[in-house]
Amino acid sequence: MKSLEELAKIKASRREALKIREGIPSATEKAHVMMCGGAGCISSNCKDVVEAMQASLAKNGIADQVQVILTGCMGPCDMGPVAIVYPDATFYRRLKPKDADAIVEEHIMKGNLVPRLLYRAPGAKEPTPKVTDMDLFAKQKKIVLRNNFYIDPTNIEDYIANDGYVALGKALTAMTPAEVVEEVKKAGIRGRGGAGFSTGMKWSFCAASKGTPKYVVCNGDEGDPGAFMDRSVLEGDPHSIIEGMAICGRAIGAEQGYVYVRAEYPLAIDRLSYAIDKAREYGLLGKNIFDTGFNFEIEIRIGAGAFVCGEETALLTSIEGKRGEPKPRPPFPANEGVWAKPTVLNNVETWANIAEIILKGADWYSSIGTAGSKGTKVFALAGRINNTGIVEVPMGTTLREIVYEIGGGIPRKKAFKAVQTGGPSGGCIPAEQLDTPIDFESLTALGAMMGSGGMIVMDEDTCMVDIAKFFMDFIVDESCGKCSPCRIGTKRMLEILERITTGKGKEGDIELLLELGNTIKSTALCGLGQTAPNPILSTIKYFRDEYESHIKENKCAAKVCEFVE
Amino acid sequence: MINLTIDNRKVAVEEGSTILEAAKSVGINIPTLCYLKDINVIGACRICLVDVKGARTFIPSCVAPVSEGMVVNTHTPNLIKARKLVLELILSDHPMECLTCKRNGNCELQKLAEEFGLSEIRFEGAKTEYPIDDSSPALIRDPRKCILCRRCISVCTNIQSVQALTVENRGFNSLVAPAFNEKLANMECVQCGQCSLVCPTGAIVEQDDTDKVWAALADPKKHVVVQTAPATRVQIGETIGAEPGTIATGQMVAGLRSLGFDKVFDTDFSADLTILEEGNELLQRVTTGGVLPMITSCSPGWIKFIEHFYPDLLPHLSTCKSPQQMFGALAKTYYAQKEGIDPKDIYSVSIMPCTAKKYECQRPEMFSSGYQDVDVVLTTRELGRMFKQSGMSMTNLPEEEYDAPLGISTGAGELFGASGGVMEAALRTVYEVVTGKELEDINFTACRGITGVKEATVNVGDLPVSVAITNGLGNARKVLDKIRAGEAGYHFIEVMCCPGGCIGGGGSPIPTNLDVRLKRIDAVYTEDERMVLRKSHQNPAVQDLYAEFLEKPLGHKSHELLHTHYTERDHYPKEEC
Repeated sequence: MKSLEELAKIKASRREALKIREGIPSATEKAHVMMCGGAGCISSNCKDVVEAMQASLAKNGIADQVQVILTGCMGPCDMGPVAIVYPDATFYRRLKPKDADAIVEEHIMKGNLVPRLLYRAPGAKEPTPKVTDMDLFAKQKKIVLRNNFYIDPTNIEDYIANDGYVALGKALTAMTPAEVVEEVKKAGIRGRGGAGFSTGMKWSFCAASKGTPKYVVCNGDEGDPGAFMDRSVLEGDPHSIIEGMAICGRAIGAEQGYVYVRAEYPLAIDRLSYAIDKAREYGLLGKNIFDTGFNFEIEIRIGAGAFVCGEETALLTSIEGKRGEPKPRPPFPANEGVWAKPTVLNNVETWANIAEIILKGADWYSSIGTAGSKGTKVFALAGRINNTGIVEVPMGTTLREIVYEIGGGIPRKKAFKAVQTGGPSGGCIPAEQLDTPIDFESLTALGAMMGSGGMIVMDEDTCMVDIAKFFMDFIVDESCGKCSPCRIGTKRMLEILERITTGKGKEGDIELLLELGNTIKSTALCGLGQTAPNPILSTIKYFRDEYESHIKENKCAAKVCEFVE
Repeated sequence: MINLTIDNRKVAVEEGSTILEAAKSVGINIPTLCYLKDINVIGACRICLVDVKGARTFIPSCVAPVSEGMVVNTHTPNLIKARKLVLELILSDHPMECLTCKRNGNCELQKLAEEFGLSEIRFEGAKTEYPIDDSSPALIRDPRKCILCRRCISVCTNIQSVQALTVENRGFNSLVAPAFNEKLANMECVQCGQCSLVCPTGAIVEQDDTDKVWAALADPKKHVVVQTAPATRVQIGETIGAEPGTIATGQMVAGLRSLGFDKVFDTDFSADLTILEEGNELLQRVTTGGVLPMITSCSPGWIKFIEHFYPDLLPHLSTCKSPQQMFGALAKTYYAQKEGIDPKDIYSVSIMPCTAKKYECQRPEMFSSGYQDVDVVLTTRELGRMFKQSGMSMTNLPEEEYDAPLGISTGAGELFGASGGVMEAALRTVYEVVTGKELEDINFTACRGITGVKEATVNVGDLPVSVAITNGLGNARKVLDKIRAGEAGYHFIEVMCCPGGCIGGGGSPIPTNLDVRLKRIDAVYTEDERMVLRKSHQNPAVQDLYAEFLEKPLGHKSHELLHTHYTERDHYPKEEC
């Protein structure tokens, strides 16, 4: 890629070809069927549906007038396989190969909807055919997931059609590195990996750091149980990561990037590595990008399954090929990161925001969200909720809006009990806090955490002690074992919880859990250990009565725990 | 300089100092456990935590650098409580076998528990259960006692560059072990025992062979002889509480005799002999175009290291056996003949500052007398234990002399205990043998000290002899890489496996740290100066040995008894197919 003009040409021609996805009927094409190709829909056999669809199109002789495209994750995973048929943006769900003929012959050829495959809101009689009318999507604001309905993740020109790589061009040709850093700082974006540190500050520290060479790293080691936001971006819009990282490379003076992806995400690895090859082919990675003398390369590093490798120092150590274990900070990665060189490490979701910030400006970005937390946040909704899947909302949206409006409420008329955010590092938020606007501060104040964005909804049938045990069991499995409070302390907490949930709890166990929890928080080496007690501490804080009834009365109100006599 | 406040006291320290160092500079001691100065600085145990104003969590003082205006408190009530709980957790996963542990009374964990005043362990739950690995002749690993401080890994990896130990598994199941939890004996472990010196608990200890020695002493049919390594006399005092650097040669001899050894001999004797054999080997290589540089072969950990990691350089090794094994071969031949004792009745014990010697004496090459030349090796620590078991107060014994002939030695032989000593002893002899002139100053100070790689050039007649001296295998590796690259223009290299040389060996009293090593080194040179004879070729017993038995250095008998060959070894055990 030699110039912005060259990029603009590709964009213009491709955009023309994709008009139909914006709802504008085309003279040559009847429809684009965007079939969700996220890992969830793939496991419910969306590829068979695609095949059936293509067979049906061929049978009806219109194969050349309809494109069937596998996209990234669209979000409503429990309805999968789902598809959107353009130009009219009709949303179909729970598709089976046998439904292909109906969609092709009725919808595409005759213009009739197929009612049995349409979405119905919980409790509603009438279906909601248009995707843009669905509650699930109406309250969402898509920045990170901007392309997931729109593009074929394996087609770089689709990405370019939606302004892809324009921000990189702008950063390289119209801005100084310092201006790029300043823009990101001004946007107010905070790291989406969990801790919420200012991304712009991080970049500025690294830019100011003396060592060379510098590195740009993407943390794609998403490991919270029930969280799959980053996977959906890597699978659905890999170029947004590449572009964000290259912009950072320009800003801090780095020429090499690494994307660390967990091995459990084979599709993400495939799509990303294909995208890297394509970007190289188009001259958007490699030497002399946009003819500015800027060089940037990206390599993928595949994790081996340890949760702790999502912790930044452990991740960087793992990139070096060593046992993935955290190191004390300082030194911070901005000064001594991978190969002991200055490194910017951001999470997938953070990277996906960068190009939009550079393209549309810090003022636009910072107008979204709350005073302290700008932009949007992607959550993975799971648990006892009607619409499970991926949602993206502006910071400041309340839990109630997410659970009841976007998530469609609790199934089978059960009562809402709590929502767990932030995965094993987070905590449980009770019903009385449902109207809390979600941002970094408010969640921490509640004893929970933004974390990477896992959100698990629980109803009255959930035992909170059992939930705490579940997360502690996970942590005990995933503790690296380097520092003693985490290695031994979490094991002891789990043992106490096992005691309580089997009717062997003792007077004083709650106090011991609190003492252990608070001490581990203040003594453990890394973020994993320091936050590991949160699920226990927050459930004791809000649901202490459940612990007490387990210990004193051998009673589990939710009837989850089985007491052994 | 950085200014900070610790416990309400103003402190100024150099930039880059840690909080721990800053506190120490004003006499404030922060408790530590995994930390070991210059070796293991990883902030893992969380005992050395301090309260730093404004910090979200407690801060590990051993790794945290100071910053301007920092306000540190080292003993708030909350901090004391947190440290105590961390220690309680560590102890909740510890076998509590203190009374029967080799490190009873000399255990850092035990000491912390005493200082913290822990009265109860409130956690009853799982404990680490892994089998004991006693496969190695030198060392025993008991993972149950391991607190995962990783000092052993650090010393093995960073100082010795052997990397025989690593962390396996994770979380509560973490285990320090050779890769793939292989047995130590099957690995490239060189059995140097540095891990046993740094272990704060009893998780890695020497194989205890004292029972074998007690049994031999009790056997009336056995003629039990003992040799004591040069370093042992400057170490043994520490096992009964003497200051590091105490010389206890005469007391140790008296003590050994009192334990019942029939003859108390000295490895210093065979060290002198080594100089004659090795010095002549060097001259032969120089004059006949042999493989140079020649490298010393006294240190069995070093021998195993080169066999595993640099087998292509084996021709550089001197073929001389170590002094221990030269002694062993002569005790059951020359001495047996001279005294008219059937060698099968001789039980040969050696006292060494070394764990690898336990391995060396069992090597198949070490049966030159027709029997195992050295039957058993005790470390200095084990000899200290025997003295304690006997109830003997060694320090109160009147000094006694070694027995003739294998106990007669020179100061040069004694030098073998410190890094650079073999080289200095060799130079004293080679110079005089080659030039026929007497040395004006026999102190080759360039050879001395604890620096990792020392170099010197000494004019021996017309020949400028270029030498190098290394201690610690990581330093040996540097010189070996130079040889491989063809960049090492030395004639002769002394390599000692352990930092500081044998006085810092893996069988030394604990603690053995830099400070202690330096004091023992000083003692070695003091002992050298006390000797009447200080050059190996002047040793009358060695002269007699050649006259009566060996005939000449590098002669037929020498080759049979005093020289050896080496074995190429793999890094990892080969699978049986």
